[in-house]
Amino acid sequence: MTNFPIDKIRRDFPILQRKVNGKPLVYLDNAATSQTPKQVIDCIVEYYSLYNANIHRGVHTLSQEATDAYEAAREKIRVHFNAKHREEIIFTSGTTEGINLVAHGFSKRLKKGDEVVVSALEHHSNIVPWQMMCEETGAKLRVLPMLPNGELDMNAYADLVNANTKLVFVNHISNALGTINPIKQIIEKAKTVGAAVLIDGAQAAPHIKADVQALDVDFYVVSAHKMCGPTGVGVLYGKKTWLEKLHPYQGGGEMIDQVSFEQTTYAGLPHKFEAGTPNICGGIAFGAAIDYMNTIGFEDIAQYEHDLLEKATQALLEIDGLKIYGTAKEKTSVISFNIEGTHPYDIGTIVDKLGIAVRTGHHCAQPIMDYYKIPGTVRASFAFYNTFEEVEALVQAVKKAKQMLL
Amino acid sequence: MNTIKEIQEEIVDEFSMFDDWMQRYEYMIELGKSLPLIEEQYKTDDYKIKGCQSQVWVHADFQEGKVVFTADSDAIITKGIIALLVRSFSHQKSEDIIAADTKFIDEIGLKEHLSPTRANGLVSMIKQLKMYAIAYQAKANN
Ligand SMILES: Cc1ncc(COP(=O)(O)O)c(C=O)c1O
Repeated sequence: MTNFPIDKIRRDFPILQRKVNGKPLVYLDNAATSQTPKQVIDCIVEYYSLYNANIHRGVHTLSQEATDAYEAAREKIRVHFNAKHREEIIFTSGTTEGINLVAHGFSKRLKKGDEVVVSALEHHSNIVPWQMMCEETGAKLRVLPMLPNGELDMNAYADLVNANTKLVFVNHISNALGTINPIKQIIEKAKTVGAAVLIDGAQAAPHIKADVQALDVDFYVVSAHKMCGPTGVGVLYGKKTWLEKLHPYQGGGEMIDQVSFEQTTYAGLPHKFEAGTPNICGGIAFGAAIDYMNTIGFEDIAQYEHDLLEKATQALLEIDGLKIYGTAKEKTSVISFNIEGTHPYDIGTIVDKLGIAVRTGHHCAQPIMDYYKIPGTVRASFAFYNTFEEVEALVQAVKKAKQMLL
Repeated sequence: MNTIKEIQEEIVDEFSMFDDWMQRYEYMIELGKSLPLIEEQYKTDDYKIKGCQSQVWVHADFQEGKVVFTADSDAIITKGIIALLVRSFSHQKSEDIIAADTKFIDEIGLKEHLSPTRANGLVSMIKQLKMYAIAYQAKANN
């Protein structure tokens, strides 16, 4: 891609000027958390400098301004994901809370004999809440297996889904391997038996603009901090019909209609699921982050990141003994690898000394590591503000680490 | 036998010859590679310290009033630091091990590896070394 405005984009991210261990920071841990552009930082500063107040409560000007900004952010997020109704957008503290909210709701609905399907590629936060739900309800957790290249075994999926299947939960993109899963196909199949589908979009949201209506997905969850927004805020999209049926997750202020000691009635959507004072500033800044990414454009982002991925994959594979885990045909800019005879922790430690931030370990996806029978991997994950020079710096650092370790 | 303090001073001396982190790490890697630290039979879950990213195993013996440690890790840099810790703590009296500190790791520029948030098991390993020493001391006092 020739005309991607990378220099201009990099100037938006103050942190990219930092030095680490005396070297310019090369930040390649974007799948864990993305960096924050000044447009979003400014939005946060402005909130606390000008109109910090509690929302949906006060009649005073500040409260009104904060409420308007918060609800405007909800609307931006609705438009971005093309949800039909604004009340289908529930603010959460992140993907993890979104999943727990839905799992809690289903733990009041499922019973022994029911089945739920989880994929082998999930992050722990899309496994553990469902295990807890299964323990409580007696529903059976069935695993959609993976293939050696990091793709899901869709033939096995066809056999797994049956009349007892009530719920399927799969990530849109695997954080450990970068695989883009065929969620459209997964959702369509689940619909044939009337099962609901939750898609963990934490890794997809920074790369792909999902259209929840076109997907016909029941629940889609994301975190702001993976898409240039702040930490501690995210969104659960849920179809209105489902959200109306599910039991509230937490009790408290904001989520009620009438309270007496005899009986409480719940507020309507989305407030039924938004107990307590939310991360107001975070929600507003999430809106700013979505604006920022849309200004650059998701198609351009995807194209540029794909070019980074191609270049990095080729260059890394030239290193003797380097093995990449996750070679799906459809994948995002994530490379998980090991070098024969070395431990990922050692590679990560040396590479960090050279100013390069990568992630090492099991990436909260131990079942995948068990599948490959490895303790973990080194994971480099690229964002649209990374450069080809940084890819080269990574390759040189990995070579250096290998030379030191072997 | 030198005291723990003397051994640690010796290590600090050795490291003072290095100019930069790369030489220090190369030395650590050498240490990690050259020391067969633990017998295979002790590389089991019973002796394992859960450190999330790198696994660490520790075994202790009591010989002639001294505690003898062997330990190992699957990550080589972790193993290098283990080699230094074992060198300073092994073949020492329980009460000396209990009283000893690990400030020398800081002085040789490897402090970050002993940060409690570092997922390498070393902090838990040091706790375990001291626990063994406490256990042997209790036994000796009985
Ligand atoms: C696929 C996936 N799901 C869920 C999560 C959890 O997100 P959060 O910690 O923001 O709740 C992550 C974050 O690493 C992820 O990559």
